Amino acid sequence: MPHLMEKASADTGSAVQDTQDQSGRNAIECKGITKRFGTVVANDHIDLTVRYGEVLALLGENGSGKTTLMNMLSGIYHPDEGVILVDGQEAAINSPVDAMDMGIGMIYQHFRLVDVFSAMENIVLGTKEKRLRNKELKERISGLCQSFGLEIQPEKRVFEMSVSEKQTVEILKVLYRGTRILILDEPTAVLTPQETQKLFQILRKMKEQGCAVIIITHKLHEVLEISDRVTILRKGKSIDTVRTAETDEKKLTELMVGKAVSLEIDRPPVNHKSPILKVVNLTVKKPDGTKAIDDISFEIRKGEILGVAGVAGSGQKELCEAIAGLMKIEKGAILYEKENIIGKTPAEIIQMGISMSFVPEDRLGMGLVASMDMVENMMLKSYKKGKGPFVDRKPARELANRLVDKLGIVTPGVDTPVRLLSGGNVQKVLLGREIESCPNLLITAYPVRGLDINSSYTIYDLLNEQKKKDVAVIFIGEDLDVLLELSDVIMVLCHGRITGFLDARKATKEQVGLYMTGAFSQEVAQ
Amino acid sequence: MDLLIRFVAAAVAAGTPLLYGTLGEIMTEKAGHLNLGVEGMMSVGACAGFLAGYYTDSFALALLAAFAAAAASALIYGVLTVTFMANQNVTGLTLTIFGIGLSNFIGILALGRSESGTLKLPEGITAQMRGAGLPGLKDIPVAGQLLFSYNAFVYIGAVIAVLLFIYFSKTKSGLNLQAVGHNPGAADAAGIPVTRYKYISILIGGGICGIGGAYCAMIINGGVWVSNNVGGLGWIAVALVIFANWKPLNAIGGSLVFGALRILKFYVPKSVLPLPNAFYDMMPFLITALILVAASMRKKQNLSLPGNLGNHYFREER
Repeated sequence: MPHLMEKASADTGSAVQDTQDQSGRNAIECKGITKRFGTVVANDHIDLTVRYGEVLALLGENGSGKTTLMNMLSGIYHPDEGVILVDGQEAAINSPVDAMDMGIGMIYQHFRLVDVFSAMENIVLGTKEKRLRNKELKERISGLCQSFGLEIQPEKRVFEMSVSEKQTVEILKVLYRGTRILILDEPTAVLTPQETQKLFQILRKMKEQGCAVIIITHKLHEVLEISDRVTILRKGKSIDTVRTAETDEKKLTELMVGKAVSLEIDRPPVNHKSPILKVVNLTVKKPDGTKAIDDISFEIRKGEILGVAGVAGSGQKELCEAIAGLMKIEKGAILYEKENIIGKTPAEIIQMGISMSFVPEDRLGMGLVASMDMVENMMLKSYKKGKGPFVDRKPARELANRLVDKLGIVTPGVDTPVRLLSGGNVQKVLLGREIESCPNLLITAYPVRGLDINSSYTIYDLLNEQKKKDVAVIFIGEDLDVLLELSDVIMVLCHGRITGFLDARKATKEQVGLYMTGAFSQEVAQ
Repeated sequence: MDLLIRFVAAAVAAGTPLLYGTLGEIMTEKAGHLNLGVEGMMSVGACAGFLAGYYTDSFALALLAAFAAAAASALIYGVLTVTFMANQNVTGLTLTIFGIGLSNFIGILALGRSESGTLKLPEGITAQMRGAGLPGLKDIPVAGQLLFSYNAFVYIGAVIAVLLFIYFSKTKSGLNLQAVGHNPGAADAAGIPVTRYKYISILIGGGICGIGGAYCAMIINGGVWVSNNVGGLGWIAVALVIFANWKPLNAIGGSLVFGALRILKFYVPKSVLPLPNAFYDMMPFLITALILVAASMRKKQNLSLPGNLGNHYFREER
């Protein structure tokens, strides 16, 4: 361990030399890895090889076992069967420390950083050398930054950082420990296109310097852009490994899903002119007194999909909650069919035909009760209809069964607690219930969060179906490609302000990305 | 003036058991574990310290026994909450009930075996405790009484507070411990042995509480054993942790304030302020409640509060 430290520090040159000689050699070889959780086989005899000096993309649908496999390489889980070879030698990786000692570093989807510590403190955390003077430490860190093209403020505390900055700290953390094999679990899910490009620059630099990189991502165009080879997993099995240069999106999707899938998203035209919802000068404050939404105005027409783009935490959640009547409004008006709905209770707003489904990061936080089954979750919205003090489960059960058939929800039965369903199915339950209440305005936030291609397209179809029924849809999304293909108008939020309105038929991803970082568009500035 | 000096000196003496309880609980909470068993661990320490002092007549052995016994009771909490991931609140409350009961039970047993029907510490050990004040310095006017007139517990407590301050803010191991308390997942991924840190911090924290208990049994009642000798101080200590904002040096000030509140009734003449004694007895608890209310209204992110306090950590949890 100590000698790795030295390498990583002042003379990164020599460390680079060491690994460069190894370029092309196998860094990690997995042979027949199997991992079971109870009766579920998450990994079923998986083979995977990554070499020094290459970027390997790991592709697969939700629940295909990508993260499980990577967790075994980083010492979080232990395989039930199979061997892992690191540098050609059989390795027993029993803890994150073991992985680190072998030069394997993992960057998790949810960052593993101590919020209240500074970047510097997070970087040295848990290393075994004695505590360094700040000055010396800063020199080491800036040395690493230079050789890999990173930027960081070492004294800044993590909770004050943007997502991209946090990711930089994570990368520095593993580099500081002398990592030569880097694993990234969906690193681009939370980044703007510009930030993603920056990350890819860093990864290319690492590759040049002879490191091995494994990247997990759902986004096919990113796979094609950054990787040298792609290993595809399906239902816990390794299906195939292909060279990126010899494949394309269509082929990869087919390997991943197991059948041909159309990647087109439909966009029916909008026929209505009059707005159904008008938001005027809306301002909403967070509990700590800062403005979550700062003086925004927009409108949405019947049968229109309004896409809302923005870096996570730009006010999307507060906007949803303000319209749904869950948040105190500081200033402004929300006009629904020309009637101001501010001051109405959430129940009254639902009665009027406004329906919200918000899928938070943990996917269960809002809208559904995790430990209740589907029938009971349906009743959350319909229990008031029954007469007398007793509940009538029959209509709710019928509705639940109908949703299972219509949306292809995979569940042992409508009596199974929803927390036991996989993420995609939980989201279908939530969205299905909201749609069944026949709203005139449907607000949906991150409905495809973490979903694979197949499930995502089911949800897009559902939204389009609503649109054709003249329902206005506010779609808050993460994936800009989808926003551009699905919505009619795109509204970009940044720090609670609207930084741009774009016609989704004409806008480009780069434009949207630019507005997401706070550059004002001409129209808005005027 | 003289009254004021006596008041401050008495406040220090009354605040000392609180200081130990607070420091012990800070140590425990830094690892992300809320141990509501402070009262129980103090009781266990009180019983062990008193009896060790009674039978061996050695102050050092009494301290050691109090620390060890309370650490052993903290081990129960540790095994249940760290290894078996039991609910921390329930486990802590149970430990309190258990500790008080055990202490009283052993006390009554010992009383039954004594010839006189009372337990009083021998002269030798009381002299050892008192002898801590440096001879000569004690006689300096004002400063002598304010700084050098106390028993050994007071100075040891202050030293522990300073040591903890240095440990948390200056050492690498202290940084690691705080990482465990804030985000065990991050600490684990950084290669810190989370479970080991938690156990060590819970045991040391429990031991420190135990010394505070020994103070209650050996000093407060003039060296005579009585049941329920901790008398709720452990609960105030739990609240003082919030008052001190998880900082060991603040704990010194906090325990002084609460010590003063406890003895206020003896120093406010009834002729000036005709309030019943019960009012003063209520004060520390009332202020504790007010502190908790104030703490819950704080809106800014509190950097000292261990972010993962009260939650258990399981590496493979998804």
